[in-house]
Amino acid sequence: MTTASGPLLEVTDLVKHFPVKRGLLIDREVDRVRAVDGVSFSVAPRETLGLVGESGCGKSTLCRTVLQLLKPTAGSVRFEDREIAGLSRRQMRPLRPQIQMVFQDPYASLNPRKRVGQIVGEPLRIQRSTSGAALRRRVQELLERVGLSPGHHDRFPHEFSGGQRQRIGIARALALQPKLIVADEPVSALDVSIRAQIVNLLDDLQDELGLTYVFVAHDIGVVRHVSDRIAVMHEGRIVEEGPADRVCERPSHPYTRSLLAAAPIPDPRESRARRRVDAAGP
Amino acid sequence: MSEPLLAVRDLRVGFVTEGGLLQAVDGVSFDLVPGEVLAIVGESGAGKSVTAQTIPGLTRSPNARIEGSARLRGEELLEASEAELRRVRGDRIAMVFQDPMTSLNPVYRVGDQIVEAIRAHRERVGEEEARRLAVEMLDSVGIPQPERRADAYPHELSGGMRQRAMIAMALALDPDVLIADEPTTALDVTIQAQILELLRRLNRERDLAIVLITHDLAVVAEIADRVLVMYAGRVVEEGTLDEIFYDPQHPYTWGLLGSLTRLDRERPERLPQIRGAPPSLLDLPAGCSFAPRCPHAFGRCTELPGLKARPGEASGHRDRCWLGPEEKRGRRELDGRIGLEEPA
Amino acid sequence: MGRFAVRRLLAMLLVLFAISIVVFLIFNVIPNSDPAQRLAGKNATPQLVASISEEWGFEEPLPVQYWTMMKKVFSGDLISYNSRQNVDEQIAEGIPATFSLCIGAALIWLSFGILFGYLSAVKAGRATDRVLTVLALVGISMPVFWLAAIFLYYLTFEVELFPSGGYVPLSEDPLGWAYHLVLPWLTLAIIFVGFYSRVLRSNMLDAMDEDYVRTARAKGLSERRVRIRHVLRNSLIPIVTLFGLDFGAVLGGGAILTEAIFNLQGVGQYAAESIKNLDLPPIMAVTLFGAFFIVLFNALVDIAYAWLDPRIRLEESAR
Repeated sequence: MTTASGPLLEVTDLVKHFPVKRGLLIDREVDRVRAVDGVSFSVAPRETLGLVGESGCGKSTLCRTVLQLLKPTAGSVRFEDREIAGLSRRQMRPLRPQIQMVFQDPYASLNPRKRVGQIVGEPLRIQRSTSGAALRRRVQELLERVGLSPGHHDRFPHEFSGGQRQRIGIARALALQPKLIVADEPVSALDVSIRAQIVNLLDDLQDELGLTYVFVAHDIGVVRHVSDRIAVMHEGRIVEEGPADRVCERPSHPYTRSLLAAAPIPDPRESRARRRVDAAGP
Repeated sequence: MSEPLLAVRDLRVGFVTEGGLLQAVDGVSFDLVPGEVLAIVGESGAGKSVTAQTIPGLTRSPNARIEGSARLRGEELLEASEAELRRVRGDRIAMVFQDPMTSLNPVYRVGDQIVEAIRAHRERVGEEEARRLAVEMLDSVGIPQPERRADAYPHELSGGMRQRAMIAMALALDPDVLIADEPTTALDVTIQAQILELLRRLNRERDLAIVLITHDLAVVAEIADRVLVMYAGRVVEEGTLDEIFYDPQHPYTWGLLGSLTRLDRERPERLPQIRGAPPSLLDLPAGCSFAPRCPHAFGRCTELPGLKARPGEASGHRDRCWLGPEEKRGRRELDGRIGLEEPA
Repeated sequence: MGRFAVRRLLAMLLVLFAISIVVFLIFNVIPNSDPAQRLAGKNATPQLVASISEEWGFEEPLPVQYWTMMKKVFSGDLISYNSRQNVDEQIAEGIPATFSLCIGAALIWLSFGILFGYLSAVKAGRATDRVLTVLALVGISMPVFWLAAIFLYYLTFEVELFPSGGYVPLSEDPLGWAYHLVLPWLTLAIIFVGFYSRVLRSNMLDAMDEDYVRTARAKGLSERRVRIRHVLRNSLIPIVTLFGLDFGAVLGGGAILTEAIFNLQGVGQYAAESIKNLDLPPIMAVTLFGAFFIVLFNALVDIAYAWLDPRIRLEESAR
């Protein structure tokens, strides 16, 4: 029984560098790509941390490194007060059910040759927690949970729309009853009218199941809506962090300010007013 | 009263597929005057890209069924021969596409691709002169060190520069109309802001008419003069920018506006959502195609509404909904937000 | 580029070294290949065999034998066990025929492969395409020895349209040279024509759906220009690399059957005969000769690819 007071996930000075190799006979490292360059943050249980940044800032690499899908170059990742950075695949295995990921592209993250039931049930099969009829029932339960019908069990991904496929991806992530879900741009590839559905679904699931989220996106508007706290990432580092409303209303870092300033305002009068202010100059 | 620059009437585009006739565009009409920015908004399957690409004849194929009219300064394009269309494309109607990485040929230098466009239409322009024009264009769209960049390959440029280069290529021949199909969707938000600013400037300086295709209403608010909202191949609402944003008449428009996140307002408990998903074009319901997802649907909705303005209101502001003006006003706002919730 | 060349050169030497070891070892393991026995001929006495064995150094440990042989390969002193002729000279004599056959066939298959592939793609689904597709599939299905036999029977025997074999040096009689090579060229080229036209057709059909082709049309370019400068140009890249590898392989030994059937007395035929006789020195030399070309063309293909597709750089970095 762990104490509920500490953070669920604590990342300290996490570094992930990719070496650039060159050489005649033997490759020597000549340079490094500093994808994640000293990142620290923590996430409390049942909280949603929003991670926002533009392409190339390192947020996807960060997700993968935290989950130990990539080996960290340096730094610490503590999950439930246990160090997981640098654990071998074997050692990570028992922890995997607790930390799951939802991916961006609903068209690429589901194996087109497998049926939906197989896809959602695979984590259960790998962890050998259930099988047979019990497995099938659990999968159908999960499908209903995410707003699909149990009858979809035997269909293939291509028979579903983008939003439905994303629901399948979420069902798969929920299969092993994780504590933490890292969602890497879960709604960016979806139609606007579906985005809200998925955001609301994630919200409901968080309330029902007590989930903790790290929600990564490039759209600061969506991030602000879902997050309790926001971390802004730029060139491998977190440049600002704080409560969502504070970061969006009173940003302190110039990069955050430029992100917010660049976000288009869906209000013609406001947008015109802002352009008049910009044109008037300092 | 002069003729509009581009007049589209009752455009219909269908594709013959194994599953039947897929009606991608079903009766779209609009006018475009010089210097105007018209935004066509919709989600996937709405038919906005097909509409845009049909005007310069890019959707012609053996299994395409194209009807209606599209006149550029009075010249009918839909019936024009390939040779006639080739003269128009690039020279009078130019296009910019969504992903500049794949829309530029990766094996040719950027400058050479612009030169190719120029020399295809201006036979008397020599290689050197064309090159000079290309560099000038790259400069005018804000690319630093344009002579050097002209020798770059597309993959050597950043996303924002690539899109600027595409815009430069499109405008090299000083066309009357620029059709921009999701020009900023693949770009970061800071780059998107720059490209929108560029388009606004070009619109002002060159009196360039722009047809902007997008799914992002925030982008629309930043640049459009008039808006067409499309759903499942039809226009469901059209009007000026302010009319659409401040006096929307169609439930779908309400839904789109409601699901926008506003940084300058308090966060709602729940994001208003539209239930269901955009329909398959092969399996459209009879009558209003939005009805299955519309919380305000009623008996009459099994009959297709016409695109009409309200009596006594601006004639350019039309919508395709059977609800009366009073009912719309009542259902539209809930708790001060434009949303699409079930009526109480 | 310089770094790339040096690395490839070193790699080439390593590959050739490895091949030479493998060939040598194989031959010392195969039964009935005792070279002393062969050199002695029929009715040899054990003493004769033993003395030949000593004279030729067959009693030495294997590494020594290997080293001696490799020295001879490069110094031009290599003597065949069977015919007692100088191997390097024999190879040199066969080169003109082999090169004539391979280069000629390559030109034919490249030009017709591209032509038919282009036509097939442009007229996809229509009559031209269907006919060319059938022809391509038939071409791919015909094995060299069968095709050669058919040609020989119908075109040299039934109707004496072409000579049935033999090689005429180019310097001696250009017309005769070509005349004797027509059937061998066709035999070797037909499979490749079929294959290349299918590959090009497929690449072009994919390229036609690409965004940059749509942009080219939107610019108002003529259909012909779009097809050639955009679709074809990009579709040729994989063809060129394929060609480099195929040509290297053909030069390196893929033409053996054709040479043998048409009696062209080229390097391939020499190799075939040496194999029949289990004659190690020529086999070693020809294998190295062939391997050299294959590795060389592999490297050339990589360079060509980088030149044709600016996205590829010869020294990839982590970016």
